Amino acid sequence: MKFIYQTWWKVIAVVLVLSTLITGLLFPVPSLPVLHETIRNLYFHVPMWMGMLSVFVISVFFSIMYLRTGKEEYDLASIECVNTGLVFFTLGLITGMIWAKFTWGEFWSGDPKQNSAAIAYLLYCAYVVLRNSIDEEQKRAKISAIYNIFAFPIMLVLIFILPRMTDSLHPGSGGNPAFGKYDLDNGMKIAFYPAMLGWSFIAIWIATLRYRIRLIENKRNNLN
Amino acid sequence: MKLIDQTWELFKKEVVLEWRSKYAFNGVLLYVVSTVFVCYISFSLTPGFDKSTGYKVVWNVLFWIIILFASVNAIAKSFVQESKSRLLYYYSIASPHAIILSKTIYNILLMSLLSILALIVYLVFFNNTIGDPLFYFITVLLGSISFSTVFTMISAIASKAGNNGTLMAILSFPVIIPVILILIRLSKSAMDGIERSLSYGNIGVLCLINVIVMATALLLFPYIWRD
Repeated sequence: MKFIYQTWWKVIAVVLVLSTLITGLLFPVPSLPVLHETIRNLYFHVPMWMGMLSVFVISVFFSIMYLRTGKEEYDLASIECVNTGLVFFTLGLITGMIWAKFTWGEFWSGDPKQNSAAIAYLLYCAYVVLRNSIDEEQKRAKISAIYNIFAFPIMLVLIFILPRMTDSLHPGSGGNPAFGKYDLDNGMKIAFYPAMLGWSFIAIWIATLRYRIRLIENKRNNLN
Repeated sequence: MKLIDQTWELFKKEVVLEWRSKYAFNGVLLYVVSTVFVCYISFSLTPGFDKSTGYKVVWNVLFWIIILFASVNAIAKSFVQESKSRLLYYYSIASPHAIILSKTIYNILLMSLLSILALIVYLVFFNNTIGDPLFYFITVLLGSISFSTVFTMISAIASKAGNNGTLMAILSFPVIIPVILILIRLSKSAMDGIERSLSYGNIGVLCLINVIVMATALLLFPYIWRD
């Protein structure tokens, strides 16, 4: 766990995200019908999901570690990762909705991708409710770890598999090609990949900060 | 082989217990019949509704919602009814996999029976508009299997977390929504009598969800069990 106290990757994260502000907003983009300049939202919408996914993966890892060892720190790490992931989930939904307003015409058009993202959001909100419903600490840690592991594959099916099988307006589903296929030219890649990496690091950074606050709170409670 | 033996014994025990009291079965059956009857009366307040264009859609959706709530009620009981000392006794004689498997198989049996009966009662009250009855029947069976696998796992989690009713609903609905969406799509195409081979993809996704849920249940139940 030494990694979370080091500085270098936080510097990289800040530099990458700041650089995408410049490259993303100023560099030329291919002019496509319907999309026009909103294509630049790609640098902000997709990285939110990437950030969410990376902290969710980490939280599943710590849930498994908790079930194997029973150490309280793992439980704290896992819950804080989910909390951070939920923030990025919300941001991903909001950026997607704004983008949808300007390209599909409405904030919420009942598209399969939007609907299943909303269901997955409920799934993780249920996790928070489940956690609050149990008072006993060890039991809470165990049950929420189990639910977290249970929810993760379902979230993957909901967001990344099911919409691909039906007709959706969202790129990458129902026969629509994803951006990666041929719209994403080399100029866009310069801004896109650093954004993905940078926002993932930012998400992990927020999660580690919250985890460290929780550790301090825990220590203080124990002394009393 | 030991696992299969244990599962079979536990399954037999579940069936015998249910046969003696017939509480869950009769209770849920009564629930389904009264819901269908209430729906029948409410819809007959609007004369000529069964001739209108939306009738088929309402018919299908209403059926699945009734089955959904009936199965929540039927399966939520599966872990709560066990007393603490009896759970401890199971713990000493059987493996956790055998317990979750036997519960799931028992719930599948219970739900299949219930939903077939519910379908018959439903067909008595609301006139039949099914184009492909056999396929609709298969969809109902698939639906009861999927509901059983999902709700058994969720009720195991919810029973450990104390207050049951709300938590069961909150935890299970996000998981069950994709299942019920696929089921409604499948049964709608069965009602319209659409070519069966077009629905194989949906059946595949349903089976995939079932496999994922069963696999995670088998992996995770030993941890819920140990208290």
